[in-house]
Amino acid sequence: MKITPIDRILLLATVLLAAWQVAVGVNGAEALPMIAYTIAFGVLLVAGLLLIILGFDVLDNPIVVIVSTVIPLSLSLGLVWEHLAAYRTVYLVFVIIGFLVILLTRLLPLRNKLPVMVLAFVHGIAGLTIFLLPIVWSLTGRATHGFALVGIGGALIGVGGILLALLKAGKPLLSRLTILKVLPILLLLMTAAFVAGFALA
Amino acid sequence: MHNLQSAIRNLQSKIRLYWPLIKSLQTGLLLSTGLSGYMSARCPVMHWYDFLGLAVSLFLAIAGSTIINMWYDRDIDASMKRTCNRPLASGQVSPAEALRLGLVLLVLGVGMAVVMSPLYGLVVFAGLFLDVVIYTLWLKRRTCWSIVWGGISGGMPILAGRVFGLGHVDGIGILLALAVLFWIPTHILTFSMRYHEDYQAAKIPTFPSIYGFLATRTTIAISSVLAALSIAIAGVLIGMEWGFVRLLAVLSAGLLLLAVASVFRPTERVNFGLFKYASFYMLSAMILLSI
Repeated sequence: MKITPIDRILLLATVLLAAWQVAVGVNGAEALPMIAYTIAFGVLLVAGLLLIILGFDVLDNPIVVIVSTVIPLSLSLGLVWEHLAAYRTVYLVFVIIGFLVILLTRLLPLRNKLPVMVLAFVHGIAGLTIFLLPIVWSLTGRATHGFALVGIGGALIGVGGILLALLKAGKPLLSRLTILKVLPILLLLMTAAFVAGFALA
Repeated sequence: MHNLQSAIRNLQSKIRLYWPLIKSLQTGLLLSTGLSGYMSARCPVMHWYDFLGLAVSLFLAIAGSTIINMWYDRDIDASMKRTCNRPLASGQVSPAEALRLGLVLLVLGVGMAVVMSPLYGLVVFAGLFLDVVIYTLWLKRRTCWSIVWGGISGGMPILAGRVFGLGHVDGIGILLALAVLFWIPTHILTFSMRYHEDYQAAKIPTFPSIYGFLATRTTIAISSVLAALSIAIAGVLIGMEWGFVRLLAVLSAGLLLLAVASVFRPTERVNFGLFKYASFYMLSAMILLSI
């Protein structure tokens, strides 16, 4: 499917929002969460640029699965590091091991369901963390209501991730055409929710 | 009244013909590096007339040298599919007319630069000399290594802008010029791979035709790393805000990713994607250096 001018505008808006977030950072964040957020928004920024330049065909590259894992993993690491101090080390180890296992199972020529199961497990934990932590924190008064928007962004990234993962696994929920049609707006809404959530936190 | 209208129409049609002669995107990108070089000097007081003078003099000088290059290379342009419709190659503008225009713009640009600041004028002149005489007239048709000289001349606008802002040549200015020099292969070599057959037909020695595609891609990857490093070091030395350094690091990572992909998974799409990304990268880096 060819990328349309409207897709390009939506992706450019995503790129600009991600660039803004990288430049302003997250208020009061320590070095490690700042690096984690920079990686997450940096991957979003570069991914948006590559989609604008190379078109949707870039999604067929096998490296997309690995790179797209970086966004939820680094974002959730930043959130856990900032808001769940007791679990910092455990989660950091989970992120590193999870990423390495995904990398390994994607690079090795495995014919069983292990790569998909690993991906679903690691993605699932990271996605739920991004979705639940900000919402629970804002509902319980440990953060402002605006912070819940990060959770909304987490839900949107989850939807996008599931759609793309199932498409790549050959069992699509929606047709490729529909997924590619909604992807730019999904990416923009997700980035806008993250940026607004961090600004209002 | 009728004479005035016809004169305006005549002028409009001339501008339409002349505009492609200056390669507006390339001139615009080089001009943006010059303006960034000036802004990077962080002048305590920035006078709008200095800024405007810099923009006009650099634009005239770069546009003038581009037209003279195109005048000299009109035979090459005529033999290549990509460029055979350019105004000079297709005969819409006569060679004498283009040469006159190029020389007028060039003399105006350099003259204005010398009046504004002799040292700035000297750097602008050095850039033109390297570009027109060393690169185009002497080396372009002889060796593929001519791009090194093209790269050095490409680094002159940013150095000139910084020299105009500071009043002297400094290490950061040279580092910024080096960044452009290292960025040039990413820009030019991806282009020479895409239009490899055109360049061969025109008998222009290029890296892909002399050393092969793999060596060219490796050169692009290495020069991308060096360009990103030079810009990052210059940015830190200038005192760029950490947020902008982070953004520059992210954009550099994208450039490196594409450069590495073009070495290990080379396709026409990745190659041209790298070409486009490199232009975007340089423009973004220049904006970040200016803020």
